[in-house]
Amino acid sequence: MSTTTEYTPKTSTGRIANFVDSRVGGSAMVKEFGRKIFPDHWSFMFGEVALYTFVLLLISGTFLTFFFDPSMTHVIYDGSYNPLKGIGMSAAMSSTMDISFDVRGGLFMRQVHHWSALLFVASVSVHMLRVFFTGAFRKPRELNWVVGGLLLIMAMAAGFTGYSLPDDLLSGNGLRIIDGVIKSIPLVGTYISLFLFGGEFPGTVVIARLYSLHIMIVPAIILLLVAVHLFMVVVHKHTQYPGPGRTNDNVVGFPVGPVYAAKAGGFFFIVFGIVALISGLFTINPIWNYGPYDPSPVSAGTQPDWYIGFVDGALRLMPGTLGNFSLDWNIPLPWGDNSLVLNVLLPALVPAGIMFTIMFTWPWIERWVTKDEREHHLLDRPRNAPFRTGMGVAGVVSYCVMWAAASSDLIATHFHVSLNDVTYWLRALFFIGPIVGFIVARRIALSLQRKDREIVLHGRETGVIQMSPEGTFTERHEPLDPYKLHQLVNYEDRQYIPAQPDAAGHISADEKRRGALSRFFFEDRVAPVTPSELAAQHAAHGHGPAEIEDSSTESIEK
Amino acid sequence: MGDHSHGSPDDSGTVAKAGAGDLDKFQDPGLPPHRKRLADTDPHAEKRAERQVALLFIISIIGTLSFFIAYFVLGRPEDISEIRLQNAMLGLGTTFAMLGIGIGIVHWAKTLMPDHEISELRHEIRPEADRQDAEQIINQVVEEMGIARRPLIRNTLIGAIALAPIPAIFMFRDLDRSGKNAGAMVEQLRHTMWDTNVRLTRDPSGTPIKAADVQLGSVFHVIPEGLNDLEDPLNEKAKAVVLLMRLDPALMHVSEERKDWHHDGIVAYSKICTHVGCPVALYEQQTHHLLCPCHQSTFDLTQECKVIFGPAGRPLPQLPITVDSDGFLVAQSDFHEPVGPSYWERGSN
Ligand code: HEM
Ligand code: FES
Repeated sequence: MSTTTEYTPKTSTGRIANFVDSRVGGSAMVKEFGRKIFPDHWSFMFGEVALYTFVLLLISGTFLTFFFDPSMTHVIYDGSYNPLKGIGMSAAMSSTMDISFDVRGGLFMRQVHHWSALLFVASVSVHMLRVFFTGAFRKPRELNWVVGGLLLIMAMAAGFTGYSLPDDLLSGNGLRIIDGVIKSIPLVGTYISLFLFGGEFPGTVVIARLYSLHIMIVPAIILLLVAVHLFMVVVHKHTQYPGPGRTNDNVVGFPVGPVYAAKAGGFFFIVFGIVALISGLFTINPIWNYGPYDPSPVSAGTQPDWYIGFVDGALRLMPGTLGNFSLDWNIPLPWGDNSLVLNVLLPALVPAGIMFTIMFTWPWIERWVTKDEREHHLLDRPRNAPFRTGMGVAGVVSYCVMWAAASSDLIATHFHVSLNDVTYWLRALFFIGPIVGFIVARRIALSLQRKDREIVLHGRETGVIQMSPEGTFTERHEPLDPYKLHQLVNYEDRQYIPAQPDAAGHISADEKRRGALSRFFFEDRVAPVTPSELAAQHAAHGHGPAEIEDSSTESIEK
Repeated sequence: MGDHSHGSPDDSGTVAKAGAGDLDKFQDPGLPPHRKRLADTDPHAEKRAERQVALLFIISIIGTLSFFIAYFVLGRPEDISEIRLQNAMLGLGTTFAMLGIGIGIVHWAKTLMPDHEISELRHEIRPEADRQDAEQIINQVVEEMGIARRPLIRNTLIGAIALAPIPAIFMFRDLDRSGKNAGAMVEQLRHTMWDTNVRLTRDPSGTPIKAADVQLGSVFHVIPEGLNDLEDPLNEKAKAVVLLMRLDPALMHVSEERKDWHHDGIVAYSKICTHVGCPVALYEQQTHHLLCPCHQSTFDLTQECKVIFGPAGRPLPQLPITVDSDGFLVAQSDFHEPVGPSYWERGSN
């Protein structure tokens, strides 16, 4: 077997590489990734922020585990913070106090952990919005969209379980609300609550149980999902925005080594630096002001972490009674009464349920309506998919209404209006807002598309006013360079596809529904300018001034 | 214009891709010409960029050093303002340490590393030949297993696999450590510490309350006597806390069966919101409303705490009270209905 000549490396890099390669075979990986091309755009950054804040959570969280005691044993606080000295609290709260006041840098780590958590959920959310509005979820990336959705849910779960750990007044109140929501689940809710708390609320075990979820199960699931997510990104390669030279068959960007790796790696430190700055200067969750959990004291004006706000807001918007009918409803059944707690069950489950269902199934809904089975690696500018932009804005509006409702008391005191009126307005907005949001956003997208058409057909406005020999004043327009022009005309022209008969010549009800939806989405559309259209335009007007309003080029098909 | 949206992904063995096949379309002009940066052409600019990057790294080193100054020189702070200061300085040290490295590297990449955009072809995610091979292999595996030909094996296996996880679910039964059976577990939600002749005492001190102490318009936060002596008071407290107020009896609408539940206009109601369980503790004296701070359920004290606004669906339960021979307020009995959030087994009473 010694017929092949052994490769002898010359440089020290070569020697190290050879050592590693001949044992674990890394050269294939370097070949695959070393110069892999990644497109660059500022909006691709949010996913990175999510990843980096997660890394910060792992680092700071691990530090916290060395000092945190997840026990509800009753202890008397005896740390450095005088106002609470001698007060009874759980060991969890007391150890969190110690992290804050008696471990040097402990407060900093707690604040890094909490700010990173807020930023983590925020960046995951914004990242998802970017993916949605640019159509990056389309084939072949549907499954990665689902993985992203699961990551969002797990991020909220991680945040909630963590928020409950310090066992202060606020987190205890949060848990109590969760307990109330769980109890509203028909048939099994009471048992789930009793099992979770190991008996009645608050019991003595729930912190320890949340702790194993928070530091082990949930981060492990997130880590796994992140791995799957990134693996799929590599398999699919990144999408790119349309532009000259960027097609559905290529990727244009920077190679991983060195430019992309340097930028992405450097960006981790920038994210860390920004989180450190916020954590150094802005207090978050000052549990020493709240005190230990006690079921009796009030905490007015306090808010949950932002990502839980929409559920809390939905709970607030729901009326408990309709006239004389209580939505906390006793159903007479053969064996006696049971309570169906609709006033809690509906707002806790239905809005979030609808939102996540539409979110998860959207790639398939869109594929079904558009009958588009092709692969897409070029993104849409949001204006070039007015129906999708409208739907996305509708979703964002309904989320924001619920979110605002979580601060209805603050809105009322801040603007000196009655709390009840704020609630009535928000209830109305909850139903009307998304519809208005859809219509307005779609209209704006369509008019931006129309503006693009104008620019292509009439050229760029130069700001130079000319007087013609006949004495009329016009602004001079300059033709676009081919790169800019390509940017404005190269987009997917989705059209209304009426319901189609199947092989037997029959139009199924499902197909009719699809046709109706397709009509609703694509009846109004702005087609991209074609070369022949532009040529006709030039022939009619020459290259000189053209009137701004030219109804003959209107291509909205009604 | 050809309708290109009907391409079936399966017919030709290749995957349909977007953006192909239109005739009346503008030609792609290709990537715009590359523009050189200053540092690519001017050696001075290059040197300057190099110095800037190095300076940023030095700022990072200074940041790390100042972290240590904050850690050791400020030592172990004693009061909250010193802790705030130390926290801010640790934070700023870390900020400079990290931003120095981060901005330095990004600046380096932007000014000095090659900025030619490169175009690479996408490869097919699923070459057709591979897919056919895979299909064949799977068919062969299934065939050799013979599972389709042996329904007895298949069905018993499905049965066994369906049953096997059920013990894992049952093992969670002992998450409830009380040892009570299911009925007793749920039953405990109906009862609180209140009982005949249990005194109403102040929260948190536990001192009893004389009827004469309760003035018109005042409000007391109340716990049952003996609560503080319990080994684990929070569980009982989470159900038993009560609000005590005195109203002008002329304002009160009292139903027939509750007419002796109050003492001279002194009424006691559960403080646990019937919505999802927050403490209801804002009392608006002028309107006689109780307001829950969590989701703003509003209860009208003059109408036996009926819900007049917000998401709660039931009135706050009333605790029947009276005075004992020493003039202290006591409970006549436990609440007549479960307190706090509703649950499936609650029913009308
Ligand atoms: C995966 C995303 C994570 C999120 C969103 C998250 C969120 C949170 C939040 C909001 C808190 C409350 C902090 C406070 O006191 O103000 C917390 C506490 C805590 N977290 Fe996390 N965390 C995550 C991951 C981790 C990991 C991976 C660990 C450990 C390896 C960890 C360990 C802890 C510990 C020990 C506490 C309690 C100490 C304290 O409250 O100060 N966390 N977490
Ligand atoms: S808990 Fe009182 S209103 Fe929700």
